[in-house]
Amino acid sequence: MQAVQDYSLLAARSLSNVFRAPRYFADMTQQADLIGFGSLPIVVLTGFFTGAVLALNSANTLERFGSLSLIGQLVSVGMVTELGPVLTGLMVAGRNASGMASELGSMVVTEQIDAMRALGTDPTKKLVTPRVISTIFMLFFLTIISDLLGLIGGGIVARFIFGMDSHQYWSSAWQTLMFRDVFTGLVKPLFFGFIIATVGCYYGMSARGGTQGVGRATTQAVVASSVLILLVDFFATKLLMAIFGYR
Amino acid sequence: MAGTPNAIETPLSSADGSSPAVIVFENVGISFEEKAVLDGISFQLARGETKAIFGVAGSGKSTVLKLALGLLKPDAGDIHVLGEDVTQMDEESLFELRRKVGMVFQESALFDSLTVRENVAFRLMEEHDLSDEEIERRVRESLSFVELEQTVDKFPSELSGGMRRRVAIARAIVTQPEILLYDSPTGGLDPVTSTTIIELIVKQRDVYKTSSLLVTHRLQDAFAMATHQFDQKANQVKPLPAGARGDIPMGFLILRDGKIIFDGDVHELAQSKEEYIREFIS
Ligand SMILES: Nc1ncnc2c1ncn2[C@@H]1O[C@H](COP(=O)(O)OP(=O)(O)OP(=O)(O)O)[C@@H](O)[C@H]1O
Ligand SMILES: [Mg+2]
Repeated sequence: MQAVQDYSLLAARSLSNVFRAPRYFADMTQQADLIGFGSLPIVVLTGFFTGAVLALNSANTLERFGSLSLIGQLVSVGMVTELGPVLTGLMVAGRNASGMASELGSMVVTEQIDAMRALGTDPTKKLVTPRVISTIFMLFFLTIISDLLGLIGGGIVARFIFGMDSHQYWSSAWQTLMFRDVFTGLVKPLFFGFIIATVGCYYGMSARGGTQGVGRATTQAVVASSVLILLVDFFATKLLMAIFGYR
Repeated sequence: MAGTPNAIETPLSSADGSSPAVIVFENVGISFEEKAVLDGISFQLARGETKAIFGVAGSGKSTVLKLALGLLKPDAGDIHVLGEDVTQMDEESLFELRRKVGMVFQESALFDSLTVRENVAFRLMEEHDLSDEEIERRVRESLSFVELEQTVDKFPSELSGGMRRRVAIARAIVTQPEILLYDSPTGGLDPVTSTTIIELIVKQRDVYKTSSLLVTHRLQDAFAMATHQFDQKANQVKPLPAGARGDIPMGFLILRDGKIIFDGDVHELAQSKEEYIREFIS
């Protein structure tokens, strides 16, 4: 219970700090670089192969009903609303929630966080807020990249394995996307980014007990942020569906 | 509790009595996981005074310093630093107060992903009101004070323990704070390096008249501080002439089982009949 309270407090502080000086733009760009460009390769890879395998699997089913032409629609809706955001979120969680937990955790156990406070600097402003803001910002763009790569992967499978016309694939993929799909797909990474950074920082900041404690914090951060992403994904999807009025 | 006398109540001990205290502890108690580490301790640090804090490992010396900075909150009692009640302040206002206090951590606690220059400059950069040249000048000045100018571009992991301790001192003094808290600055170091560090602390005390709390395991360090002064003309630390001993505002404080069992000056310490204290100073 105490943990939930502490986490909420940290999460709230991380956002309210945005409106209070001093702000750390240099730290923010450094983090953005680390999170964004550092994660690019794995996001590109997962996006591409997820799209490709999605096309492969759905083609199998669609062929039975003789409606192979729907492949583009399936891939694009699946990627944009669900798989792009969730898989990118999980990948970045594995990479960066752990990174943040271990970095901040090491700083806690070596008294660097105390030293920072002693030097008159608020670690939530200097360390947590830049990570939260950069993760939200970068995850948004990483998700778009992942969606695009997924569509390309699906397109390649459709063209070269099932001999589908590329033009047909792309136009059906494009036309089927509605505002609500794109909106859903782009709102999710904002939540996921927030979860990844706040959970990573929370476990790091509350690390206790030497290097072993840091290791534990790192693992817990990845597990907790991944589970939270999946939970929030479900509720966000439900909520957005209600807003856009289906079901 | 045989053999444990009450804390000696001598406010402003060994200070001239007219200057107001910069740090005041009143009945401060703190426990970790049900274990009382400090149990109602009271003492004062007068302006310009240096107080050495002794005690065996785990007696709560580092805890005293962290309480003074507001890094920990006591379970009971009041702590005033430069006239402000640290126990009642929120973290936001504490950051302001801490700018006037420098601390050297037991394990140095340098930021390991920053270079020596960035470590020492940390506070100056945070204050955002100095030009880059001015920051560089002050960093150099501070590093030359601890005689480590040549290490500016190194990372803390590339330095020896004694060098790290000196960088930590440079980082603490770069803004010339009114109060300095040294946590075991000579702990685990060889006698030669220890002497260098004690000389630096004496120099800091005599040049800038800073008030300080000094945690140490080595009584000889504190005695050296009480009997030496920095000669600015000769630029070196010299022993005081025999007649002038006791001129230096230097207090001694011994912690045991969560209580202060001694609080007084060097003469009182030398005359103490208490067995535990005798054992400590022998
Ligand atoms: N954050 C903490 N959590 C739990 N217990 C703590 C914490 N900090 C200190 N303690 C306990 O408080 C006691 C005093 O610790 P402190 O670090 O103040 O000792 P010390 O006098 O500085 O010792 P040393 O000379 O070894 O540095 C120890 O028993 C320690 O176990
Ligand atoms: Mg200690």
